[in-house]
Amino acid sequence: MSELARDVPAPVPALSPARVGQALFLLAILLAAFKFALPDGLIRPPEWLVWPFADWINWTFNFIKDDLGLIYVTRAIAGGVEWLLDITANLLYGKNRWPRIGPLPWTVIAVTAFMIGYGLKGWKLGLLSGGTFVWIAFMGQWKWAMETLSVIVIAVPIAVALGLLLGIAAWRRAWVEAILNPILNIAQSLPHFAYMIPVVVFIGLGPKAGAIVTIIFATPPMIRMTVLGLKKVPPEVVESGMMCGSTQWQLLRHVRIPTARTEILIGVNQVIMQCLAMVVLASFIGMPGLGQKLLQLLQALKIGRSIEIGITIVLLAVMLDRCSKAWAEMQPVHFERGTPWWKRNRLFLAWCGLTAGAFALAAVWPAAHVIKRSQAFTLSKEFDAVVDWVILMLDPISQALRSFLIVWVLIPLQDAYLWLPYTAVLALAAGIGWKIGGARSALICLAFAGLIAMSGWWDRGMITAYMVTFAVLVAALIGLPLGIWAAGREERARIVLLICDSAQTFPSFIYLIPVIMLFGVNDVAAIGAVIVFGMVPMTRYTIEGLRGVPPALIEAADMSGATKRQKLWTVKLPLALPTIMVGVNQTVMFSLFMVIIAAFIGTRDLGQEMQRALSATDVGKGLVLGLCVAFMGLLVDHLIIRWSADRKKALGLE
Amino acid sequence: MSKMTKLLSASALAVLLAAPGTALAADSSDPIIIPTHNWSSQIVMSHVVGQMFEGMGNNVEYVSTDSQAVYESVRLGDVTLELEVWEGAFGVAFEEALSKGGLHDAGDHDAVTREDWWYPDYVAELCPGLPDWEALNKCADMFATPETGGKGRFLGGPVDWLKHDAERVEALGMNFQVVNAGSASALWAELEAAKKRNAPIVLFNWTPNFVEAIHPGAFVEFPEYFPGCKDDASQGPNPNATYDCGNPANGYLKKAAWDGMKDKWPAAYEALTKISFTNAQIAEMAKLVDVDEMEPEDAATAWLEANEDTWKAWVN
Repeated sequence: MSELARDVPAPVPALSPARVGQALFLLAILLAAFKFALPDGLIRPPEWLVWPFADWINWTFNFIKDDLGLIYVTRAIAGGVEWLLDITANLLYGKNRWPRIGPLPWTVIAVTAFMIGYGLKGWKLGLLSGGTFVWIAFMGQWKWAMETLSVIVIAVPIAVALGLLLGIAAWRRAWVEAILNPILNIAQSLPHFAYMIPVVVFIGLGPKAGAIVTIIFATPPMIRMTVLGLKKVPPEVVESGMMCGSTQWQLLRHVRIPTARTEILIGVNQVIMQCLAMVVLASFIGMPGLGQKLLQLLQALKIGRSIEIGITIVLLAVMLDRCSKAWAEMQPVHFERGTPWWKRNRLFLAWCGLTAGAFALAAVWPAAHVIKRSQAFTLSKEFDAVVDWVILMLDPISQALRSFLIVWVLIPLQDAYLWLPYTAVLALAAGIGWKIGGARSALICLAFAGLIAMSGWWDRGMITAYMVTFAVLVAALIGLPLGIWAAGREERARIVLLICDSAQTFPSFIYLIPVIMLFGVNDVAAIGAVIVFGMVPMTRYTIEGLRGVPPALIEAADMSGATKRQKLWTVKLPLALPTIMVGVNQTVMFSLFMVIIAAFIGTRDLGQEMQRALSATDVGKGLVLGLCVAFMGLLVDHLIIRWSADRKKALGLE
Repeated sequence: MSKMTKLLSASALAVLLAAPGTALAADSSDPIIIPTHNWSSQIVMSHVVGQMFEGMGNNVEYVSTDSQAVYESVRLGDVTLELEVWEGAFGVAFEEALSKGGLHDAGDHDAVTREDWWYPDYVAELCPGLPDWEALNKCADMFATPETGGKGRFLGGPVDWLKHDAERVEALGMNFQVVNAGSASALWAELEAAKKRNAPIVLFNWTPNFVEAIHPGAFVEFPEYFPGCKDDASQGPNPNATYDCGNPANGYLKKAAWDGMKDKWPAAYEALTKISFTNAQIAEMAKLVDVDEMEPEDAATAWLEANEDTWKAWVN
């Protein structure tokens, strides 16, 4: 059985990837070892190598903004979005705009949510959906939550429509896909702050800017899933459509899209999740609602109250996630001929009845219309007490850990990263690339690392790299065993995955504060926050990977009398490794995002500069910094995807 | 409230509501957009002013923005005004926007601002001689942490606040190292934690600020600020360095207005130029939210009710 995982040693040809890779490693080591003899130009990028990308970007942006007058176009689009936002804002929280009929009573929205959940999957989902809104109302967060939702209910359909259109275009025309692919890669690895700056310039501030930045952030996965879905449509289905004499449009509308329904709906699900992930970040450029309130509360150190908001965001995310997934899985219902109208529309009628009841109730009893902040419940005192207690308990450990990590681990590690000549790092990147994917990968890695050197942010980049390396290492050391343990039993796996879901959507800003209280403003706190966030994908993919091992192989291992430990080490883990590596990849991506946010604790890396660029609305600088982060992510992404694809092929998993 | 004052305030309101009608040009019905930031006194003050404008018959909307980026928005007219321009924190961004054109200075508040090194009261017992900066320097090792080596650690504000603390440490030959927090929340989180441990801490703080109400403390007294301290090396205690002084102990707190405001909402603009809050009033606004846990809107209403004498003069 163990042969399965072991590589078959093949005769090594003269210029094999392994050889060249080794030669490049050797070069890297030599460059590092003989650093004292190197000219300055090989230790740090010389001036002629650092190109003023930021100035070029700023010049280009100014040109298209002012000279080409794009700002009028973007502002006009923003005006359209604002008009839509005003409608939902009026309906949901009574902003004084057309149609001036809102705000809808909270009871109406809660029963509507209940009916949607019930209609999609039954009682449980109905209670989750309705219950979420009851929680929001009772905690006195109604207005903020509605401000958030008023943006989300506009952003989601626009992002879905945009993603669908671009996805169809990319599927029909190869050149569109060729252009779109690298853009999507970069967009999905660019830190959020980087594209918030151009949005401020082109759109301005406020809910419309929040909506547009959310749309930009949420569209890429929709495009990806649309292309994937349309490509997977079996030719037989299309042929049968053609035989019926469908036109191109009919074929798309009635054959291809319905067949790709599942993928497209997963895309919708992704869009919703991405929108919720932006709730807090978009408030930096004026998105109202829960995110904005959260930042205000944290500013005044009200942790308990901000945890309440965090729970609301998680509840909304889980509810929308479950509802959209249920929608994706739901099959159309067919009625027998002659079923009466009221029977076919039973759920609709029930909704009408409940809504009418809620309206009536709200008319006679104001608390069913709006629950005022002063009438609301709060758990903030309890949450504060818990946080205080945890900090108090952990304090002796955290103080010792802090000193140890700073003196013995982090400072030496950071110094080592900064000590390395950039040429050695480039050689190392190329070497790893060559070893894993040959010349092409080596060139890709060299290009990504080289561009970071040319950006002029090498030292900052190395600090980011050092924090991410350490955080990913620790996240893997915790996440991997946790995942293995959780995958042992189905019940455990379900609970741990639920915790992963919640941790992923819980606004990361909230745990920045307790982490600072534990460790103080330093790299330990920043890395600690990154680890908490990075553990999530590590654990999740470990569980998924282990659960995805074909049962036949496990049975085979059982039959050959393998012990539990043997089964894990020689069968399950090697087979799950490609998936686990995807988890590592995601951990790197998550960590890169989080390390930028950790700038709010206080770091000296790319994130700190990004924060400066945001407050100075410096588009060029922000984008260059963002691209540096994106390139690091893409480098790792390229290597892991390449490795994992080869590995899967070798294991016969695909 | 007695019957008499109720009557008075009702008649004041009536006068107030009639005011726009008597003005020469009526204010536009477009909403006046007031930016709010992420600290409570500014949010409450924005709502106080907003509710005053609403009392004058104007439409008002609030938008939350970054406190540095807001000047670009005022310049473009995306937001109409800014109520808290701090000399120390936003002076640079304000001057820069001023030179680009599009916004102007709409007068000072009575309040003065101060931003400097600060310590909570219990630190004074640990390090006798405070608030003098030389005494602080003598206690430097008390503030040392693993990452600063043997040097004292000063927790500064985010780098984009441009406080030049490191230059000051250098110029005054202090045995301190500046560690920059990434946000105000980070400052308060660390202050809170230090207080629980009774650990020595010296950090960046400012007044008026809600922190004063929760954690009493004092500013470190550096050599007094003088014009030229920041650009003329020869002046001040160190003849070879700039920044050899503290921050101004009485910095301005200004209001800024979009150039178009004067023509579009003349009455509101008139009121804006008259508005002037004192330190005590600003602290009170912050307290209503941070200590009494009111919502900013309600706090503003409560403040307006309690301080009619102050603001009535501005709107007429």
